[in-house]
Amino acid sequence: MSEPKGPAERGKIVTEPEPISYNFAYLDEETKRMIRRALLKALAIPGYQVPFASREMPMPYGWGTGGVQVTAACLVPEDVLKVIDQGADDTTNAVSIRAFFARTAGVRTTTRTAEATIIQTRHRVPETPLREGQILVFQVPIPEPLRFLEPRETETRRMHALQDYGLMHVKLYEDIARHGEIATSYAYPVKVEGRYVMDPSPIPKFDNPKLSMCPAIQLFGAGREARIYALPPWTRVESLDFEDHPFTPSKADQACALCGAADSYLDEVITDDAGGRMFVCSDTDHCAGRRGEAS
Amino acid sequence: MSGAADPAAESAVLTGGFAEAGVGAARAFRVLLEAMARPGTIRRLAGAAPPAPLSPAAGAVLLTLADAATPVFLAGAHDTPAVRRWIGFHCGATMPCDPAAAAFALGTWEALLPLDRFARGTPEYPDRSATLIVELPRLLAAGARLAGPGIRREARLNLPDPAALATNAAAFPLGLDFLFCAGDAVAALPRSTRVEAA
Ligand SMILES: [Zn+2]
Repeated sequence: MSEPKGPAERGKIVTEPEPISYNFAYLDEETKRMIRRALLKALAIPGYQVPFASREMPMPYGWGTGGVQVTAACLVPEDVLKVIDQGADDTTNAVSIRAFFARTAGVRTTTRTAEATIIQTRHRVPETPLREGQILVFQVPIPEPLRFLEPRETETRRMHALQDYGLMHVKLYEDIARHGEIATSYAYPVKVEGRYVMDPSPIPKFDNPKLSMCPAIQLFGAGREARIYALPPWTRVESLDFEDHPFTPSKADQACALCGAADSYLDEVITDDAGGRMFVCSDTDHCAGRRGEAS
Repeated sequence: MSGAADPAAESAVLTGGFAEAGVGAARAFRVLLEAMARPGTIRRLAGAAPPAPLSPAAGAVLLTLADAATPVFLAGAHDTPAVRRWIGFHCGATMPCDPAAAAFALGTWEALLPLDRFARGTPEYPDRSATLIVELPRLLAAGARLAGPGIRREARLNLPDPAALATNAAAFPLGLDFLFCAGDAVAALPRSTRVEAA
């Protein structure tokens, strides 16, 4: 027990700051319990969107507050966290989220897909195949794949309940009629285990096949829309298509200008003011690994 | 509640939670997440020391998931004053509750029957369904054959009544989800898992 302070000590400047106590991984325990319950129901009903009471996070909505809340509910101190934004580990968004969890959960961070136990992602699935024991957390802006066809939530709920996905097929077929192919190249809708139509988040359709029969757990968090959904490992995920127009996971017909990969998803980048351009791997860790530059 | 409580029983109410609440719940949840994602796999879920007849695994499930927002139904021999007080103190869960209103129901398989008294969700909101925490004498990777999401080829688990659980799965996307507990072991059976008797 400390001695009561005498008058001489009273005016002293206290140099030692009060330790700031965070909740583990920022969110309070009650909020994490609520998200955890939603995650378990989401795994029990693959592809179905579970409503949850989304919280304000110390970052704007566009920065993936849904993904951040899911990650916060899943993290343990032993985790190694990777965060990617359109395939890159070094964007402001990815760096901020990594720093946020390094500080509030004390977890180690990495840019290496193979080393990570939790990967939070915006708009990509890593090229390096995922394995058991890993969790991929997707940031989702609009979780409802039927929303652009039907604005009313009561109606989209009813459509999912009745598996009334005719409108979605009509829309895709109109694409074919107009463009000769299905023009949707991002957020290409999938059907999970033959039941729920699901938005895979705005990943390129090139990534869709990676969702199916994946050994890792895949979790989806939409902050503004307050929805969580999930794909357990080894779950059948099919991109919607037609017999005469089968799904094709297309990419630029080029090889990466940096590592030569012909099978990875490429971004076109402008290299100079004269309009020079080249194609490079969108997955920066994959590209660096292939070039033998991974630290 | 009785006025002259046994002091030993009173202090037992206060103990048996996770040593470090936030991190303990985080680690326990990760076990439950993996269990629900990979139906039939048997995992260690330790860290809770609830009063008998609650198993440590079932205690950890409640510490991790139950609170004032989740009514807990205690079935049969699990409905004791000591169990109620422990869950009340550590989770703040509503008890007793009507089976139809339960977010979690806890007991032996026989005590939990009939299953149709618990909520299995609605077509628009299939998530509004109960999770049953079933105490078993032991968990073994043998017996009923399991297949479906989360299972690469096939899993096996000594389920108490494969036919009843197959019926539950047949109502997908409606249905109950199960967490089977024995000592400090847990295994999950979501409604998405197809069940076939061995
Ligand atoms: Zn490359």
